[in-house]
Amino acid sequence: MRRLLPFAALGLACVAAALLLLPYYLTILTYIGLAAIVSLGLVLLTGQGGLSSFGQAAYVGLGAYLSAVISTSLHWPPLATLPVVLLVSIVSSYVGAVITVGLSGHYLSLATIAFGLSAYFLFGGLPFAGGQTGLSDLPRLSVAGFEFRTPQASFILVWCILIVAMVVLSNLLDSRVGRAIRALKDGATMAESMGIDTRGSKLQIFVVACVLASLSGWLYAHFQRFVNPSPFSLAQGIEYLFMAVVGGAASLWGALVGAGLVTFLKQWLQGFLPSLIGSGGNFETAVFGIIIIVMFQLAPDGLIPAVRRLTGRAGIRPRAVADAPPLSTRPRAPRGEVVLSVRQARKSFGGLVANRDVSLDLRAGEILALIGPNGAGKSTFFNLVSGTLDADEGHFEFKGSSIRGLGSRAISRLGLNRTFQHVRLLPDMSVLENVAIGAHRRGKAGLFSALLRLDRTEEALLLAQAKHEVERIGLGDQLWTEAGALALGQQRALEIARALAADPQVLLLDEPAAGLRHGEKQQLAALLRKLRDEGIAILLVEHDMDFVMRLADRVVVMQFGTKIAEGQPEEVQKDPHVLEAYLGAAQ
Amino acid sequence: MLLECSDLSVSYGKIAAVRGVSLQIAEGQIVTIVGPNGAGKSTLLSALMGLLPCSGPVAYFGRARKPAPSTEALVRLGLGLIPENRELFAPMSIDDNLRLGAFDRWRAGARDMEASLAEVFALFPRLEERRAQPAGTLSGGERQMLAIGRALMGRPKLLMLDEPSLGLAPLIVRDIFEIIKSLRARGVSVLLIEQNARAAINISDYGYVMEAGEFVLQGSAAELANNAKVIETYLGVSSAAKAES
Amino acid sequence: MNSFVASYLIQEGITNGAIYCLLAVAILLVFSVTRIIFIPQGEFVSYAALTYAALREGKLPGTVGFTLALVSVMVGARLLRGIAEGNLRHSLLEALKSALLPLLVAVVVFASAPYVLPAAVDALLAIALVTANGPLIYAIVYQPLAKSSTLVLLIVSMALHLVLVEFGLFFFGPGGARTEPLLDLSFSIGSLPVPAQSLAIYLAAAVLILGLFLFSERTLYGKALRAAAINPLGARLMGVSSTMAGSVAFAASAFIGAVCGVLVSSVTTIYYDTGFVLGLKGFVAAVIGGFVSYPLAALGALAVGLMESFSAFYASQYKETIVFTLIIPVLLWRSMRRRGTPEEDH
Repeated sequence: MRRLLPFAALGLACVAAALLLLPYYLTILTYIGLAAIVSLGLVLLTGQGGLSSFGQAAYVGLGAYLSAVISTSLHWPPLATLPVVLLVSIVSSYVGAVITVGLSGHYLSLATIAFGLSAYFLFGGLPFAGGQTGLSDLPRLSVAGFEFRTPQASFILVWCILIVAMVVLSNLLDSRVGRAIRALKDGATMAESMGIDTRGSKLQIFVVACVLASLSGWLYAHFQRFVNPSPFSLAQGIEYLFMAVVGGAASLWGALVGAGLVTFLKQWLQGFLPSLIGSGGNFETAVFGIIIIVMFQLAPDGLIPAVRRLTGRAGIRPRAVADAPPLSTRPRAPRGEVVLSVRQARKSFGGLVANRDVSLDLRAGEILALIGPNGAGKSTFFNLVSGTLDADEGHFEFKGSSIRGLGSRAISRLGLNRTFQHVRLLPDMSVLENVAIGAHRRGKAGLFSALLRLDRTEEALLLAQAKHEVERIGLGDQLWTEAGALALGQQRALEIARALAADPQVLLLDEPAAGLRHGEKQQLAALLRKLRDEGIAILLVEHDMDFVMRLADRVVVMQFGTKIAEGQPEEVQKDPHVLEAYLGAAQ
Repeated sequence: MLLECSDLSVSYGKIAAVRGVSLQIAEGQIVTIVGPNGAGKSTLLSALMGLLPCSGPVAYFGRARKPAPSTEALVRLGLGLIPENRELFAPMSIDDNLRLGAFDRWRAGARDMEASLAEVFALFPRLEERRAQPAGTLSGGERQMLAIGRALMGRPKLLMLDEPSLGLAPLIVRDIFEIIKSLRARGVSVLLIEQNARAAINISDYGYVMEAGEFVLQGSAAELANNAKVIETYLGVSSAAKAES
Repeated sequence: MNSFVASYLIQEGITNGAIYCLLAVAILLVFSVTRIIFIPQGEFVSYAALTYAALREGKLPGTVGFTLALVSVMVGARLLRGIAEGNLRHSLLEALKSALLPLLVAVVVFASAPYVLPAAVDALLAIALVTANGPLIYAIVYQPLAKSSTLVLLIVSMALHLVLVEFGLFFFGPGGARTEPLLDLSFSIGSLPVPAQSLAIYLAAAVLILGLFLFSERTLYGKALRAAAINPLGARLMGVSSTMAGSVAFAASAFIGAVCGVLVSSVTTIYYDTGFVLGLKGFVAAVIGGFVSYPLAALGALAVGLMESFSAFYASQYKETIVFTLIIPVLLWRSMRRRGTPEEDH
């Protein structure tokens, strides 16, 4: 319940504000609340999911205009228009997201700019929406006979909705679904390799953000009681995004701070600037733009992280992780049975053949090392097996069924789990949660149970499992450390723990010993031997000969994309081809 | 000293990739740094080239410089870097790639440019045959030649090479090392990073061994070549080769 | 629709398309060299048109004040950074070097504003003054953000757009301006009258694009700029500073925008905020070119121009909605083509 304390405090502060403050300030606070609801969605979308939208103002406009048109032309009460608004915003944002979610990086942002512009011109152009003048005399919101007439009532209503939205979103972020959303920021490769449906996660946050925006628009229409296109322009869209970013898009409270700051600033500038440079213009917009630019130059992560750094309050607050029975595991293949079989794998990039007819078998309970000079095509092979890359040709079988072309998500769900050569952790997330991402496949709870916190039993199981894996690699005392703060060797170990959390049959390790010190390498070797003895099949790419030759049961040597030798470490070390490959011209 | 640094550290965010490294290169020397992947060798070169911020003073060409010079300023001073993936201008012709190598010397005039080009072509006749061809169509070995040629166009005093033998066929590796060795005669000193430890140590005067961001060993090339630990770890399978021969 | 209306719409579409094409080329140039999606490209058009109009009327254009403001902000910011980094002398020297040319242009415009000069001279002065602002804006806004992601640069570009539009209002006032064409002639092709100004626009588009092509293919400087766009790290290692490349790209972008502004000011009335919508359409064309292909962007610009003039005829109130919605399928098509790039292999 400690988690909810800040929200309860905020609620109490709201009650006090409603009793104490003058109506003028309450009105400003209401606007702040409305803006915060929108930027809350953007914190989820941009700060957590890494997708930027300049078009949220259009969804606010959608909510406002839809309700305005229905309530004026059909004389529906505002409360009756709410389901329509929510339904239309869900459907339209889902459709919009399905179309645009495949866009990468700035392409998506450009699409939202175009969408924002189109919608703005559309609001002004539709004949039944009143053109640039808009629609006026909208009914006030009333619920069960109570009309939200006074500033106090509107204020309380808006902030209640805001607080509920914050609680629900904080539920979401602290869940399996939430971790999947937070993993989006690192790009699709890692998340998909953990069995996360990145496309689905993007759709979810898009819809949630748009629903919040149109909810805010609906409230706005019946609070303001008239609508025209200007509050839903692209400039407003930029402002919402800025509110989400200025506070620090990584935190839900950032939305509140950003909305408050921007709204107050604009109010103040509107009063102050005309006396300074004469009237006639929105110079507050210019000042506001300058502040955005300066902020990105000085504090690119936003204000909350900057303040935290200054006050030394960075870091994640530890929480207790309850013990729980281990999750059920899949039956392992008997030792010695071939679990992964690759025949004639071929992959080329442009004219360069990275893998030429590579074949190998991997058995349960063995460690197979893939070695070769830099550029020999080991990582490419690895990416083919794990589904990160699609092979041009070849057969890939896992336990007798073909896995070629399944994609990394499906392959990881089957039980082939990998680590990355360049460590891919979420640096701001705790050690425990990073590992819990690996266990994503083993949970089922969806968006709604996460929002409403109905997922706690399963969540406890997942976290307990993650904790167990963290302890296994010897980081049990650092559960709540930010993963980015660990040493490189610990980060590599963490990647292994994350893969283990998925209950792997085959563990694919891409240079697990790179950058490790001698002692760390020995610990790693001990862990890998233990896993092998549990019946896991391990395929590893490695450069450190000493490490490989002591650890591996069998070794495959690659050069120029082809397999040049295979066998026991001692045999391979004597192979003339291998000596040639390693010693090159200088023997 | 062409380059001298003491207690140099480089961090990525919270992680220190290079820790307290001290390094010296004198005029006319070829110096090698060997070590496993991820030891921080490339990071060190990037920092020396002004591409990454580092702590600890670096003296270039006999003068400590504050504030730390920009990459462009270092190029002007006579420092060159050929990174691991060569960083050629793939869609541009070999000729254009080479000319851009002398971008900083455009004041020296067209005649100087043609003279430099002629020198590079004398060193790599194969490049002259294909001078109009886009750099992206070259084979691995030719790319490395172009990268070296392009760097030489700027007439550096000290050239840093990151894994010049990476992904090349053994025969070409031999050529590349011969060329690196010959640079000394042209008045170019070399700082070399290599996985192919044996070949690198063979052409060097001095060497450092880097592990987990630190220099764990240093000495003359001969010392390193005979050091048991170096043989065991970095010359890898060659210990088996030795036993056999 | 009869054939006369159709050919009139086509002619109008091509004229607008040529302007969008120039703006698209400028946007592409800036993006390819700096990764900045320069939304405010159109603001240069407004600024140049209003400057030119003011000079024609013998008035002092607000751009002089704007340039002086930019110069002082640039020098001030450099000094502050110099103090913070402890190399004041170096920063001061650098700042003064970058301030020299803009100041010189501003003084010349200031001195010549009251006199009635030939239109061509006024046009050149307006173009020179606006061009000088390009590198200043780069130095003040973008240079400190050199390491930021494309996304941050995009947000900043949006903010800069807000700032420049409001500054336009402040420095030029809310009134529109329309100038006499540089050449007041008209030709006719068949029954269709073609004003000389339209021909001037086609000609300018052709000359500028050819000039850019020659610059980037035939000069070492141009090649260096291209190299910086292809491979920034490789270029730095050759001593091609990304700051230099960025400055040049912004100067070129401001120059192209200014030429458009002077040309377009005799075709339509330009207000302080007209440039934005023009720029955005150039932008749609740039997106059609995938931010890389100049020929595709040029075709896209023509398509945008034509579509705009036809949708203005059929459904004038939805014309902007139609043009901007067009971008989304194009983005999808572009995004699809980008898939399947190989990952690094070591």
